[in-house]
Amino acid sequence: MKKFLLAVLVDNKPGVLTHVAGLISRRAFNIESIAAGYTEEADVTRINIVVSVDSEQELHQVVNQLSKLIDVIKIVNLSAVESIKRELVMLKVRATPKTRADIINVVNIFRAKIVDVSRENVVIELTGEQSKIDAICEVLSDYEILEIARTGAIALSRGPIPAKEM
Amino acid sequence: MLINGAQAVIESLKKENVDVVFGYPGGAVLTLYDELYKMQFPHVLTKHEQGAVHAADGYARATGKVGVCFATSGPGGTNLVTGIATANMDSVPIVCITGQVANPYIGKDSFQEADICGITTPITKHNYLVKDVKELSRVVKEAFFIARTGRPGPVLIDVAKDVFAAQLSYDYPKKVNLRGYTGNFIGNEKEIRIVVDTLMAAKRPVFFVGGGINLSDTANEMRAIVEKTGIPVVNTLMGLGCVSSKDDGNVGMAGMHGSYAANMAIMECDLLLGMGVRFDDRVTGIVQKFAPRAKLVHFDVDAAEINKNVRVDYSVCGDLRWSMPIFAQQISASSMDFKAKFSLWRQYVIAMNNEKPLTYKKDTGYIMPQELIEKVSELCDENTIVVTDVGQHQMWTAQFYEFTEPRQFLTSGGLGTMGYGLPAAIGAKLGQKEKSVVLFTGDGSIMMNCQEFATAADYDVDVKVIVLHNHVLGMVTQWQRMFYGKRYSQSLLHGKTDLVKLAEAMGVTGYRINEPAELVPVLQEALSHKGPVLVDVMLPEVEDVLPMVPGGKRLDQMIMGGNEG
Repeated sequence: MKKFLLAVLVDNKPGVLTHVAGLISRRAFNIESIAAGYTEEADVTRINIVVSVDSEQELHQVVNQLSKLIDVIKIVNLSAVESIKRELVMLKVRATPKTRADIINVVNIFRAKIVDVSRENVVIELTGEQSKIDAICEVLSDYEILEIARTGAIALSRGPIPAKEM
Repeated sequence: MLINGAQAVIESLKKENVDVVFGYPGGAVLTLYDELYKMQFPHVLTKHEQGAVHAADGYARATGKVGVCFATSGPGGTNLVTGIATANMDSVPIVCITGQVANPYIGKDSFQEADICGITTPITKHNYLVKDVKELSRVVKEAFFIARTGRPGPVLIDVAKDVFAAQLSYDYPKKVNLRGYTGNFIGNEKEIRIVVDTLMAAKRPVFFVGGGINLSDTANEMRAIVEKTGIPVVNTLMGLGCVSSKDDGNVGMAGMHGSYAANMAIMECDLLLGMGVRFDDRVTGIVQKFAPRAKLVHFDVDAAEINKNVRVDYSVCGDLRWSMPIFAQQISASSMDFKAKFSLWRQYVIAMNNEKPLTYKKDTGYIMPQELIEKVSELCDENTIVVTDVGQHQMWTAQFYEFTEPRQFLTSGGLGTMGYGLPAAIGAKLGQKEKSVVLFTGDGSIMMNCQEFATAADYDVDVKVIVLHNHVLGMVTQWQRMFYGKRYSQSLLHGKTDLVKLAEAMGVTGYRINEPAELVPVLQEALSHKGPVLVDVMLPEVEDVLPMVPGGKRLDQMIMGGNEG
C-alpha cells in the first residue's frame, strides 16, 4: 500500500462533500484522511485527501472517478511533486505537579506548544508531518493521554505555482 | 418576464425541445402540475412512478433525446430509484424533476419528506436540490447539458415546493458555465493514428462493439470501417444492432451467453478493438484470461473506463462522435488492402459460426422459446424496436432476434432490472411513433410493473407484448439446475394469474398460444392488430440458455447446447 496526497479543488456548493465522500465509499477506495476548507477563491473549496492504493492503476481509478464528478474542478497529486505536508494534533494529557516538568520537556523537544493548563492537565498543540505527530503521541503515552484530536493532512507544493495551475 | 418557478420549469422544457413528460402528481408538485395544466404541456400519467422513469428511459434510448419524468417528494422520488439506477448503468440521458417539501420543512422529517439527493447521489451523473428560485433556470439548463453530453446519464433536480410558487424574472441561460465540466470530450488524434498503425500490423483483429456506438450514434462510421476492412465483429448485449446481424462477419453476442464463434474469436484474436464498451464481468468471463493472445485497444468517452476492468495496450479516450469519424476517415484513406489481409481470418471466424451456430432442439412437440423469437423476428421488419425485460427471454432475444439497426434493441443490460420492459416499451413507442414496438418478457418479469398495461390502454400506445410463459423464473431455475442441485427455491411460479384476463381487464387485447400450430397464425393476427396487445405464449418449463460460460471460467470453456449438447 502506498499513500498519495491529492488536492481536490471543488465548487463551494452544498452537497459537494457528500458527492466526494459517497464516491470514495461506493468505489471502495481506501482513504486515510480527508480535510476540507476554504481557499483563496471564495467559490472554491479544497479537499485534501490521503488515499492508500496498491498500484498506479488504482490511483488512476481514484483520480479518474473523482474527476467525473461535476463539482470537481481539478485534482492534483501532490505526492508526485515536491510538496510540504502538514497535519495538526491537539492532545489533552494528565499533568500533575510531579509530571508537568517532564511533559514540558517533551513539548519543547518536539517544538510543540502548550495552549491550555489546569491543575490536572495540559493541552498540547503540534503541527508537522504524520510521522512527527505519531512520534509525540507515542512518547506522551507514558503519561495519561485523555484525548486526541487530529486533522487530516493538507499540503502545498514547493515553488510559486498553485495547484489550480498545475 | 415575471413568472413563477413552475412556469419557469415548463418554459425551460420547451426550450430543450421536450415533447412529452412521464410522471405522477402529488403534494409537492401541485404547483408544477397546475402550470402544466394551464400550459397544456404533453404529459403521460403512468400508474406508478417507476413506470414513469422507465418510460422516460425507453423514450431516450429509442430517440437519442433526453427523457423527462416528474414525481412528487418522498415516496414519489424513492419510487424512481430503480429506474434512475437502470439508466445510470446503461448511460441513458434522463432528467428527473422531483418535488421536495417546502424550505421551512426540509430536515424536519416532514410529511412525504425524503432526502432524494442523498439517496440518488450514487446512481446519478449529477443531482441538485433547488432551494432558491433564482437558481432554477440555470439548474435546468445545466441538467439537460450534463445528461446528454459526454457519457450520458441521469440527472435529478429536487425542487422545494415553495420554489415552484416563488416569482422570478425568467431568462433561460444560453450557455452553461461549469468550471469542472465542459462537456467537451475531444481527445488526442495521435492516439487514433497509433491504433491505425497497430491495425496495419495485426493479423487477426476483432471489433468488440458496445453500447457506446448506439449512444453516440456512430453506427454508420462503425459499419463503414467494418465494410472497408472486413474485420469480424462481436458484440456486447448493448452493442447489438450497431452492425447488422445480416453481415456474415458479425458473429453475434459474446460473453456468458455468447455464440461459440464470438467467444472463440475473442480467445484467438491478436488485436481486440473495444468500441464503447466497459468490459463488464458478464462479457469477459474470468477477466485475467480475456483475449489472452491479443493486444487490447479501447475507444471510450470515459477516462475512468480505460484500464478499469482490463488493462489495455492502447486507448483512444474521447467522445466517439469525435473519434469515430476520424478513425473511419483514416481507415478509408489508408492504402492498405485490409480486406485481403484479413480475409483468411474472417473466413475462419465465419466458418466457426457456421460449424457451431446458435441452435436449439427442434420438433419437441412444444413451442420452443428460441423458435418464438425467430418467428417474431421474421414477421417484423427493420422498423421494429425490440424491448425486453430481464432473464432467459432477454438472452434468447439477444441470441435469436436479427438486429439490423442501431437503437433497435432496448434492454436493461447493466442493472438487469425486471419490470423495465413494459414501461420502457411505452416510452419507446411514444418517442418513435412511426415504428413498431415489440416487448419480449417473461411471466416473472411482466408482473413487476404490469400496472402499466393500463397506461398502454389509456393512451392507446401500440406495443406488442409477447410473454414467454414457462411458469418459472427461468434464469433462476437454470442456475439452480446447474449449480444448486436442482433445489428450485422460490422459483416455480405456477400462479393462478390469467395474463390474458389481466391485460383485458386493463383494456389491452389478449391472445394465448398453447400449441405449435397456433404460433404463426396467432402471432400474425396479434402483430397486425391495431393498439396494445398481449400474447401469452405457453412454453416448456425446462429449457436452458446455451451456450453458457459459467462464472469464473474462460470464454472458451462454454457449455454448448441445442443439438450439440
